[in-house]
Amino acid sequence: MSADADQRTIRCLVAKVGLDGHDRGAHVIARAFRDAGFEVIYSGLHRSPDEVVQAAVQEDVDVLGISILSGAHNTLVPKILAGLDEYDALDDTLVVVGGIIPEDDRPKLKEAGVGGIFGPGASMEEAVEFVRENAPQRD
Amino acid sequence: MGDLIDDLLAGKHRALARAITKIENRSPGYRDLVGELYQHTGDAEVIGITGSPGAGKSTLVDKLAKTYRDEGLTVGVIAIDPSSPFTGGSVLGDRIRMASVSGDMDVFFRSMSARGSLGGLSTATADAVKALDAFGKDKVIVETVGAGQNEIDIVKTADTVAVLVPPGSGDDVQMLKAGILEIGDVFVVNKADLPGADRTVMELREMIDTRNDYTQTADHHGADAASEAAASEAMARETDDEGWTPQVVETVAEDGTGVDDLIELLADHATYLAESGKGEERARQRYAEEIRTLLREDVNQLVAGELAARGGIESYVQRVLDRETDPYAVADELVAPIEECVEADRDG
Repeated sequence: MSADADQRTIRCLVAKVGLDGHDRGAHVIARAFRDAGFEVIYSGLHRSPDEVVQAAVQEDVDVLGISILSGAHNTLVPKILAGLDEYDALDDTLVVVGGIIPEDDRPKLKEAGVGGIFGPGASMEEAVEFVRENAPQRD
Repeated sequence: MGDLIDDLLAGKHRALARAITKIENRSPGYRDLVGELYQHTGDAEVIGITGSPGAGKSTLVDKLAKTYRDEGLTVGVIAIDPSSPFTGGSVLGDRIRMASVSGDMDVFFRSMSARGSLGGLSTATADAVKALDAFGKDKVIVETVGAGQNEIDIVKTADTVAVLVPPGSGDDVQMLKAGILEIGDVFVVNKADLPGADRTVMELREMIDTRNDYTQTADHHGADAASEAAASEAMARETDDEGWTPQVVETVAEDGTGVDDLIELLADHATYLAESGKGEERARQRYAEEIRTLLREDVNQLVAGELAARGGIESYVQRVLDRETDPYAVADELVAPIEECVEADRDG
């Protein structure tokens, strides 16, 4: 961990959106991020896209991780991305989606601005590494 | 930089968020930023909320924010959570409780981690409050776990301090030990529907009465102490409270019971501060403390730079170990050039 000491602190929002009440994955990733030295803000369950956008903008996070297992990603994720754009926050926020996202849906989400998608079987190290490498560089 | 300030003053949430990040990270230029913001501050009422973990702070803050919003006021919240001393990481969960105002952009809620390494958390908090103030928030609430000097320093940046005490939080000694009596203007026995609440209220009232006795005896020295520049804030606070007896109020934050009473008390205290002139007195003490803290930090940095320029502390340590020199001589040697500069500058 000592190598991280000189790096700036990466701020992440881990968000659960929509009616999906399964938050084990979100908790596990929140802990993994914390242990990696990130500052993690957890949204709590059942947030609306607007609430997620509000939190991401106010907390000025570098990374927004959306956990979604309900299958409603094609509706909810674009809403969040549009909301971020409205506040000029889309360009320098890394959006990552975790959960059950079918292969066929992935290209469209990525095109819309999602930086990375982590499905079942993805390792914590992988996610942490991805965030470290892709977190937006700000002044 | 100028853009950021213009955007912030124009009410752009993104700019406010970014400004607070700069303040938190102490990014280059943050001092100028805060300096620019200063002239736009002074209108917000700052409320500090502290109490032990699980006392219900976040839930109460949520209800306070909701009530203020219903009155048409805008609210800023800064919630401070501890960070891990091992990894520096943290999980900031206060946002979860902000259910009634979630989705309302006129409540600007910001989580801050007590990043151990950066230090100066109270300075960062005070500066973040300034940003919210300049943005035009009517009420700014600072929420922090009440466990130690750091937190007390943070909460002292507020105009009015509310201390949350859950029922049955132990005997009187525990409360005195925590040192919470000295900082509270208002005491809130939250979760007042739990058994033991009455007793906690009674104990608090009793202790406030005894505290007032102390204050009156201490007051004889108070006049001298106040004139001393270095008079401790705690002392000053005690003499401050002549004329304001801390009030105890019962709430159940979960369902909003008693929140109106609390709001009324907070307003009473604000009125008291304004009418008695104590508000200005506190502001003076606050600014004096802020200036002192900054000076300490800046001089520290100056010395650290000098130390680094001379090859770091290790060589000095070795020389002390070898009994070639002593710590005092080292300190003198390092400070001497700075002292000379200051003197030369003053005489010039």
